[in-house]
Amino acid sequence: MSSALIEPEIDRPQTPDAANIATDVPVPVTVVEPDSAWSFIDFHELYQFRDLFRFLVWRNIKVMYAQSTLGIAWAVIQPLFSMLVFTIIFGKLAKIESDGVPYAVFSFAALVPWTYFANSLTEGTNSLVSNANMISKVYFPRMILPLSAVLSKLVDFSISMVVLAGLMAWFRMTPNWGILALPLLIGLMMLTAAGLGMWLTALAIQYRDVKYAMSFLVQILMYAAPVVYSVSIIPESYQWGELTINPRLLYSFNPMVGVIEGFRSALLGTRAMPWTEIGLGSLTASVIAVTGAMYFRRKEQIFADVA
Amino acid sequence: MSAAITVENLSKAYRIGLKEEIPDTLLSAATSVLRAPLKNFKRLRGLDTYSKNGDAEDIIWALKDVSFEVQEGEVLGVIGRNGAGKSTLLKILSRITKPTSGRAIIRGRVSSLLEVGTGFHPELSGRENVYMNGTILGMTKREIDRKFDEIVDFSGVEKFLDTPIKRYSSGMKVRLAFAVAAHLEPEILIIDEVLAVGDAEFQKKCLGKMQDVADAGRTVLFVSHNMQAVSTLTDRCLLIQHGTNIQDGDPRAVIQKYLEAPSHQQGAYSNNPSKDGPRVIRADVVTSEGNAIHQHGQPLQLRFLISTPVVVSSASLSFQICDNLGRPINHIWTFDSERPMCRTPGVYELLSVVPRCRLYLGKYTLTVHFGEGPGGRKFETIENVCPFEIVMHRISREFPWRPGTCAYVEDFEWAIRHLGDSPCLNSQSGEAILFAT
Repeated sequence: MSSALIEPEIDRPQTPDAANIATDVPVPVTVVEPDSAWSFIDFHELYQFRDLFRFLVWRNIKVMYAQSTLGIAWAVIQPLFSMLVFTIIFGKLAKIESDGVPYAVFSFAALVPWTYFANSLTEGTNSLVSNANMISKVYFPRMILPLSAVLSKLVDFSISMVVLAGLMAWFRMTPNWGILALPLLIGLMMLTAAGLGMWLTALAIQYRDVKYAMSFLVQILMYAAPVVYSVSIIPESYQWGELTINPRLLYSFNPMVGVIEGFRSALLGTRAMPWTEIGLGSLTASVIAVTGAMYFRRKEQIFADVA
Repeated sequence: MSAAITVENLSKAYRIGLKEEIPDTLLSAATSVLRAPLKNFKRLRGLDTYSKNGDAEDIIWALKDVSFEVQEGEVLGVIGRNGAGKSTLLKILSRITKPTSGRAIIRGRVSSLLEVGTGFHPELSGRENVYMNGTILGMTKREIDRKFDEIVDFSGVEKFLDTPIKRYSSGMKVRLAFAVAAHLEPEILIIDEVLAVGDAEFQKKCLGKMQDVADAGRTVLFVSHNMQAVSTLTDRCLLIQHGTNIQDGDPRAVIQKYLEAPSHQQGAYSNNPSKDGPRVIRADVVTSEGNAIHQHGQPLQLRFLISTPVVVSSASLSFQICDNLGRPINHIWTFDSERPMCRTPGVYELLSVVPRCRLYLGKYTLTVHFGEGPGGRKFETIENVCPFEIVMHRISREFPWRPGTCAYVEDFEWAIRHLGDSPCLNSQSGEAILFAT
């Protein structure tokens, strides 16, 4: 006799029975134990959670400009206004050298990658703290959070790239073969943002100081990159007592130098492709990304406890 | 059958905040401000570093040397008081946090449900949140695609699927979230007190779903304060107290042990006597199992102390027993005309006994009314006091007791007669027989 005949109606939806669970698939065995070994990115696990990764990227994009009237236009307004301000102050008033191209397009070509970098770094750094609730309630590879923040900002980047193309058309400038290097430059820019983001977000969840330091850190980083000025104003040799140093070379270790100068070279033809800067920058970016991932993985196990 | 979960000497330490010294002079206040960053840094860094001896005074062991095994297909209940370490155990098994020592081996795909609606974003629509929440709980997109209609059906929010969920009522949100969770198909399911949210209807749905999961042969680890749910759903039960498992075995025996343990919770109502007027100064429910847990069918005692600074001519006291939705289930009263009280100033004890408590399983509270007879003044109405719980786990029946089925159980008798051999009596003769009786 079915229980429905005697029992009061209780809504019991159908569950697929246990037979549905494939039995020929090897059962995954998980060992949960305190581990103190340093580990690197678990690509296999990230792949297993690819759907979550995709949805988080998509969620970030979707909610970014929710309930705003201008919506995605904000992606353009931010670098556009910075460009206007820079053009007036640094271009017209301070008359900063702009490698022979109009200052507006000179600075905008730098602002497009820079805005991406600054926003994805900020977003990536906040990613753990703002999802603290999720971290303490469910398991998934934590690295998905900063990485999805970095990826979702590519939408803004693409839109400002279109605006940049429009600006170039306005000034009648044509890109050169250097644009073939753009994917590499974009990759370098993302690697830097992701690497630094992993460092900072893992620190931020334990030390909220990072949150307060973020806004001026980003500002300082901007002046440490050739956003408002040209690399050519950095001297190639400098006498410091007995020592002769090459500030330009040291400067080139900043990955964003290679990225920004590379953008200018490819799109505005201000100079030859800065391979030295790109090479040195890639080195720094790789070191930051590898150590960032390791630090993140090391700290990952305590995120839920300190969040 | 092999062990789906093996837990070996699992321990977890947390650092708790020590009392801060409060500076008492301007100078010490100034130095403490200057030293604060260093102190804060030490404290924050200390959150994840433990000294080897582990006996520092600001460390508490949420779990200490817990070991047990769960066989494949077994439903294990975990019970214990608040702060006993149940949630920490589930968090470690769900890989949210790492143990301080010991280890757990888990064979199979795990889904843990420590909260319904994790990852819900207010700006996203219901539809989008189903996908978001589903992938967070470990489903693939294809799995959700396949079950989407079922999930929506179960939740009953079809009409609002494309509305951002910040416009949902909280009930709708919970229903949608549970609908997603209910369609998980892991080999091992870990559930924490999810049944405690939502209305009675929703809880009923959850329990039904839990029963299905258990019947389908999945391994389930289930934490609950709902003893009834634990005793009907689980095959085995684990009692955790102060971070260690103190009993493991048959659910009834373990629940009994849990109920017998002394509780620090005081469910009684009390108030100070007043010179301004008559008052109820104490109300408590004396339950059969102690700890505000009462076995259905046992005598229930209700004790009231009232005080009056003046003479009351026709005092009356009554109380309603209300269920967890606040609906009064019954009303019990006494009048001065039947049993004299408050005819001189002082304190009176009123004892009411319900010889055989027939309340159905569930949680109840009292609403106490104190006043004069018809047309008189009302001194006090005290609502929602003396919470207690009725359990039925020692009464067996062929079908398990399910919460929310009824409000109380009457004594009843049945008579059944055999009316003939043929099951297909023609309607006329069938009626004839019925009317003949």
